[in-house]
Amino acid sequence: MIYKNMDASIQVNNLSKSYGNVQALKNINLDIKSGELFGLIGPDGAGKTTLFRLLATLLLPDEGSAKLCEIDNVSEYKKIRNFLGYMPGKFSLYQDLSVIENLRFFATVFNTRIEDNMDMIRDIWVQIEPFKNRLAGQLSGGMKQKLALCCALIHQPKILLLDEPTTGVDSVSRSEFWQMLKGLKERGVTIVVATPYMDEANLCDRVALIQDGEILQVNTPDEIVEQFGKKLYAVKSNDNYQTLLDLREFKSTNSVFLFGQSLHYTDTKNEASIDELKTYLANKGRSSTVVEKIKPSIEDCFMALSTKSKAHE
Amino acid sequence: MNRFIGFLRKEFYHIFRDKRSMLILFGMPIVQIMLFGYVISTDLKDIKMAVLDHSKDEYSAEIINKITSSGYFSLTDNLKSVKEADAVFKKGDVKLILVFEPDFGAKLIKNTRANIQILTDATDPNMANLEVNYLQGILQNYNVEINSDKKAPFSIQPKTRMYFNSNLESVFMFIPGIMATILMLVSAMMTSISIAREKELGTMEVLLVSPLNPLQIILGKVTPYLALSFINALVIIGMGYFIFGVPILGSFTLLMTETILFIFLALSIGIFISTISKNQQVAMMLSMFGLMLPTIILSGFIFPIRNMPLPLQIISDLIPPKWFIVILKNIMLKGVGIEYVWKETLILIAMTMGFIGLSLKKFKIRLE
Repeated sequence: MIYKNMDASIQVNNLSKSYGNVQALKNINLDIKSGELFGLIGPDGAGKTTLFRLLATLLLPDEGSAKLCEIDNVSEYKKIRNFLGYMPGKFSLYQDLSVIENLRFFATVFNTRIEDNMDMIRDIWVQIEPFKNRLAGQLSGGMKQKLALCCALIHQPKILLLDEPTTGVDSVSRSEFWQMLKGLKERGVTIVVATPYMDEANLCDRVALIQDGEILQVNTPDEIVEQFGKKLYAVKSNDNYQTLLDLREFKSTNSVFLFGQSLHYTDTKNEASIDELKTYLANKGRSSTVVEKIKPSIEDCFMALSTKSKAHE
Repeated sequence: MNRFIGFLRKEFYHIFRDKRSMLILFGMPIVQIMLFGYVISTDLKDIKMAVLDHSKDEYSAEIINKITSSGYFSLTDNLKSVKEADAVFKKGDVKLILVFEPDFGAKLIKNTRANIQILTDATDPNMANLEVNYLQGILQNYNVEINSDKKAPFSIQPKTRMYFNSNLESVFMFIPGIMATILMLVSAMMTSISIAREKELGTMEVLLVSPLNPLQIILGKVTPYLALSFINALVIIGMGYFIFGVPILGSFTLLMTETILFIFLALSIGIFISTISKNQQVAMMLSMFGLMLPTIILSGFIFPIRNMPLPLQIISDLIPPKWFIVILKNIMLKGVGIEYVWKETLILIAMTMGFIGLSLKKFKIRLE
């Protein structure tokens, strides 16, 4: 292929996009390196899909520019469409075509054959091959995504854009899917993945935390966690919800969020006094209170950053 | 080329796996021809007739015999008084009452003049008119017959001949109309829906990101319907010819060329509709109300254009099927060549160009 040795990086400069009065993206700057597995982490409505569509040449930016493989994605969108693999958030294959028919169709669209690219897709293909004559509409969620990934890879793209590929997929298929992405990364494909699942962030080389159309931070997962800054405590009691309300009124509370089975708490002082906390909660009538120091996760960082950006406004 | 064939294969999978489109494609033409050919016929056949014969002589009997043996009318009731007429019409079966005056035969011989009164149920005015005309025709014939041995000194005897459709078969009218309707339906509606479906299901997003250019996507979408529409046109003409005896007096090649031109026009309208509709529902509504209704009502298929008010006549000029129907009738029934239909052909070509131009301008290479 002509594009074999090109630098498959992505540069985004001051990208903005509005729909009517809603500003979906505000001044986005990103620098994604060739061969990186890059995560775009953020809740629904953060602007992930808009950013993907802009990168995939499907939308025009209001301001700013983006370059894929050092090619401008507005003026030279046709070139980009040759080496870009794109998997939209919504399942976008032909439901009334079988697995193999879908794959064959996308191969012919890119003027290539399945056999020539088997190398690229073999790991994924072996998992869906047993169902190759089944209609795509009758596949399970995980299988659909694997097929969609196969179809997006059939032309050996240099850059792969995956918009929430694991949403609505069971956890086993999710980890299999990420395993496949690791394999692809080793082949030098630049991969950008959007996901609302914070736990998937740790699997990326670097992540961008995005909320309300703004990038909160871009960093490696480890550094994001390191930057958390404060000590984090997990608080458990007989009534987590009441405890949450109580802690919100506590004088030295910096932040408190409900995280699954426990509350994650930070103090205004770096180090909180566990005894003081326990006494306070006991006075409020909470019993069997457990407070322990824990390591912050990406999600904690995200929550901290997003409240900070909200307070800033 | 490989790309194109791959795209075509995919399109045919879509069509052949969707029962609904198969039904529209192949069920619709056959059902429509059968409906218009047999059921919705404006020809007279076995119209129920009652007779009120005040004279009951050989002349009246002979006339009744002539009328019933024509096949257009069948005698169901013999009335005794004109008072019964109202009741008979109200019952609804009998559409026509023939009244002979008393001493009909005697007056005919003596005065060379006798009267027959025709009463019709005019709740359907067109049918009533038609019945009276047919009946008058039969009586006229009888008149001529009984006077054949005498030489009337002065008499004008009009001899009518119906050109191009000597038996006044309504199916001759309908075949061109059905052709236009079906081709419009299959080509325009089906293509617009199939393109809109790609948009709705999000597959257009993937196609757009691929190196396919708009022309390749559109050609791939349209070609299967071009082929299927052409087959449909052959089926309709074939059924008309073999089942209903609709002739093709003109050149078959010319007929097919014009048909292909019309299919192109319908396809370009379909593409245009798809570019302005977001999903299948909108595409369907636009094709239904924007294309089907005008094709059926304003194209001269069922209702004669010259009877419409002027504004509607002007609108009908903008409706592509109108011109196609004129061309079809001219070629099939009159047997004329291109020299008589070049004007209509040019109009169709101009319309096709216009819609292709509009669609190319409207087709989006992105999502917005």
